[in-house]
Amino acid sequence: MTARAALLLFADGRLPAGGYAHSGGLEESVRTGRVRDAQSLESFLEGRARTVGLVLAAFAARSCRAARDPDPLPELEVLDAELDARTPSPAQRETSRQLGRQLHRLLTGMAHHPLLERLPRAPHQPLVLGAACGLYGLRPLDAALAALHESVTGPAVAAVRLMSIDPFRTHAALARIAPSLDRLAERALEHCDGSPHDMPAAAAPLLDVVAEVHATRSERLFAS
Amino acid sequence: MRACARVATESAPGPGGRPRTRISGLRSQAPLMLFTTRAKEGEPSVAHRGVPARVSVAAGAAGPIGGDELRLEVEVGPGSVLVLSEVSPSLLLPGREGRVSTTRVRISVATGGTLVWLPEPLVAARGCDHLNEVRVDLADDAALLMREEVVLGRHGETGGRVRLSTRVRRSGRALLCQDLELGTGAGRTPVVAHGHRAVGSVLVADPLWCAQEARSRPRTRLLSGDAVVTPLPQGAALISALCQDNASLRDTLRSGLAALGPPWTPRPVPPPP
Repeated sequence: MTARAALLLFADGRLPAGGYAHSGGLEESVRTGRVRDAQSLESFLEGRARTVGLVLAAFAARSCRAARDPDPLPELEVLDAELDARTPSPAQRETSRQLGRQLHRLLTGMAHHPLLERLPRAPHQPLVLGAACGLYGLRPLDAALAALHESVTGPAVAAVRLMSIDPFRTHAALARIAPSLDRLAERALEHCDGSPHDMPAAAAPLLDVVAEVHATRSERLFAS
Repeated sequence: MRACARVATESAPGPGGRPRTRISGLRSQAPLMLFTTRAKEGEPSVAHRGVPARVSVAAGAAGPIGGDELRLEVEVGPGSVLVLSEVSPSLLLPGREGRVSTTRVRISVATGGTLVWLPEPLVAARGCDHLNEVRVDLADDAALLMREEVVLGRHGETGGRVRLSTRVRRSGRALLCQDLELGTGAGRTPVVAHGHRAVGSVLVADPLWCAQEARSRPRTRLLSGDAVVTPLPQGAALISALCQDNASLRDTLRSGLAALGPPWTPRPVPPPP
């Protein structure tokens, strides 16, 4: 597989790694009425990209760079703890580790690689995504873009099932925020070196709250 | 305006051989004035960690105003207990040419030490641009309670921009890292603060929670409105609340502390002597 083909594969929403079961907090945000039309959805997606998206992108990019080191495991362990410290919601930590575990299982089924076999049992998802990008010859910028792309396309696609919105309009919103994803990916790249403690930690307190409320719901369409 | 203030504490033998906290360093620089004080509001019961010293910060001038660079250094020595409060809220004001005002707080809490930091809210006036940067290093068995409150705008006013950058480590390992932007950019979106005018949090790090079994540690608790208590890894809990005004924010954060139970539940304020 070429690097470009790998990037398309990893960024594809049809990747059987569990992402499609999650709305990134959109389901509960629709329930509270904070997201109710195309405009508020776009604002939600933009906010998500600038907070969670930036953080995930920085961790994916750095994991991608680390995956090319002779022994990336010590750095990946530090990154795992740093990402925990940036995820105050236990429901979100659990989701991230569950998605990491699923992606990890998928990757080990795709090809044999010593690093993948040595990863801890349930690493955070962007660490696995980043490491996979590195192993398939992709650059940290690719890993950052893939993480950002995923942080907004998941909720955008979920929107079609959660509110009465034309899918053309959700994708028009994605197209409008695409240039900001490029800028955020460049920013994420600035943190491939230096102290991991200084990496982006953009907070989204309302997403933290809705993640915990959503986890208590018995009737829900999406897992998060 | 540039200023740097510092407070340091140490443990010293007190009456009856019981160790008490002595203030070993206290340096004010206008507008950051530090002085010893008595209990100002209901505090947690930190007596089991030692006899506390109480210091309050008073702003000797309005602001911070755009361009101001303030720095506060807090060193809690081994086994000592410091309760750090503030006399009044800070009104963040715009400066000339849209310059940023910054407050940098550097905190270290040594082994066996305890810091209860209860500052008053940052009130963001229209047009302000403020960066509040807090860096905390905790020793392995240090305890911490740290509050942050931001109110966007005075009555009827649209608030300016405030960024809160927080990094807390225990024994060099990340415990809580949050960069919160309010008033502009992502701050107005449905993922950060949306229409909420008062946003705040309380971080509690209790070394006992590291050692205890899972069932004795804090659990997720939904508070009224947009507020939640969440357990963090490494024996800590975060109370996070978004409200419409500072009074309900303070009440909600206190209800979060009450949910954590003793010793973190705030006790009634002692009557004046």
